Amino acid sequence: MDKKTQENIDGWIMVAPVVILMLIFVIGPALYSFILSFQDYNMLKPDKSEWILFGNYQELLSDPNFYQALFNTLKYSLIVVPVQTAIALLLATVANQKIKGKTFFRVAYYIPAVTSAVASAAMFMFLFNTNGIANKFLGIFGFQAVSWFNDPTYALPLAMIMAIWSTVGTQMLVFLAGLQDIPREVYEASAIDGASSARSFWSITVPLLSEKTMFVVIVGMIGTLQMFDQAFIISGGTGGPLGSTTTVVLYLYNKAFGENRLGYGSAVAVGLFIVIFTLTLLQQSFFKEDDDNYKPKRLGGKISERIAKRRKVNG
Amino acid sequence: MDKSTPKFMKIIFYFTTIGYACIALFPFFWAFYTSLRPTKEAYKLNFDFSNLSFNTYIDLIIKNDISKWYFNSFFIAISVTILGVILSTMAGYALARINFKGRNIVFMTILGIMMIPGQITMIPQYMLLNNFNFVNTYVGLIIPFLFNAFNIFMMRQFFLSFPVSLEEAAEIDGLSRKKIFFQIALPLAKPAVTTIIIMSFMGSWNNFLMPNLLITSREMYTLPVGMASLNSQYFSFPNQTMAGAMLLSIPMVILFLICQRYFIEGVTTSGIK
Repeated sequence: MDKKTQENIDGWIMVAPVVILMLIFVIGPALYSFILSFQDYNMLKPDKSEWILFGNYQELLSDPNFYQALFNTLKYSLIVVPVQTAIALLLATVANQKIKGKTFFRVAYYIPAVTSAVASAAMFMFLFNTNGIANKFLGIFGFQAVSWFNDPTYALPLAMIMAIWSTVGTQMLVFLAGLQDIPREVYEASAIDGASSARSFWSITVPLLSEKTMFVVIVGMIGTLQMFDQAFIISGGTGGPLGSTTTVVLYLYNKAFGENRLGYGSAVAVGLFIVIFTLTLLQQSFFKEDDDNYKPKRLGGKISERIAKRRKVNG
Repeated sequence: MDKSTPKFMKIIFYFTTIGYACIALFPFFWAFYTSLRPTKEAYKLNFDFSNLSFNTYIDLIIKNDISKWYFNSFFIAISVTILGVILSTMAGYALARINFKGRNIVFMTILGIMMIPGQITMIPQYMLLNNFNFVNTYVGLIIPFLFNAFNIFMMRQFFLSFPVSLEEAAEIDGLSRKKIFFQIALPLAKPAVTTIIIMSFMGSWNNFLMPNLLITSREMYTLPVGMASLNSQYFSFPNQTMAGAMLLSIPMVILFLICQRYFIEGVTTSGIK
């Protein structure tokens, strides 16, 4: 057997399992979703399914509940993403200073992110209960006690607070990695030129981190548009009170598996797919030249090595 | 921050970092404290350490068969991790190092899949598993989660980045591909493999949407699905729900504390928690 054939055999043996899994569980289902979205398919009576072409999409676009879900999701995304990005950037900047207990802070900030959404939702529903500690704390500042997750005005904001709390740590770490790539000399030079800390933050840190910021913003948007777990727990799966926590994915879930309308659910999924796919393409085009995000030069001990090296250099 | 940094700046820095650390950790602290208190005191804001006990935990574990849920969660997460990581590493290696026919198509497809949100595959995946009677079985909770485009991509990038010379030397010595992969490439890839192990484990442990859909009986519950059901059941017993939240999050927090370096690595490369 010549080398070429051997390479072909070896290569295919090693990728075959993932290719098979990919075809069965990703590509096949994704394509089937498109087909299903043109059918009226009820899980309980699959033999009665029929082609209705754009019927599902028409119904979708005329369903006020869908618009409410879409509106909730966009509102959630548009508030959560900027707030968490800003907090993450602030914390990363501060944590990048030579302060004591850096590792402790990094660990502390990231712990919410390793916590299951189910656990954090339970904790927040307790903290933000009408008689809970959050209301008592806000009461000190003169706020009225509200029943957060029972009140349509406050249920979604509670989900936002929860999302911000659990994601800030992740994004802070991304920013921190970016900050560690900015050479210290740049700051030293600007300090010699008499720039204040605030000035060098806006003129050096922010522009040099712009790629990381784009990354964090787009990943954040994709994540928030797919929000499900928190909404499901807060509302007990209903999306209530009064639909105020219905997100697009929860709407999809309830239509497809609550009402057994798999075709209609697929139409929702296709719509969501188009939005997220566009966003991801945007992200890819921003990061095409920046393979740095994936460059595994940082893998393993490299981060700590570099930190140690930097410490040595800076005394 | 050095000696020239003004004192008030230092104060602001410490105020911010410590302040946010409190925000990040306080819910855990308060939830843990509450879980140790009797039900009727759960909403009291005082500190009373006289009647703390682990009774709530014992109660919850005995009444709800939580040990079975632990077993399910661990069994599923460990299986998904081990099998998934082996498959991703092999595929990543082949895509980086072996020049086989169709390599580019496979790689481009995997790249493309990274752009597909999970929701689009959810309904047909459910139908597929339903048709083959895999709903509410371990197989149904493990097999569909073995393919992970990001892990394959990450392993490919890793193998691309390290020097090919060692493997070439091994090839000249007459080692087969299989031996080169297992004896040379794999041991060297330890840091990258550790990172994807941890990310896979965390993803599986915290996974809620699909398991919630696929599990139909109490004894198949994974921890997140089980705890979600307890949340509604024990709604007026905050000490019970908080004990549940602790039981669910503590294993992950411990794993994180032990391997935090690899978590941080995984996060900074993927941006996904």
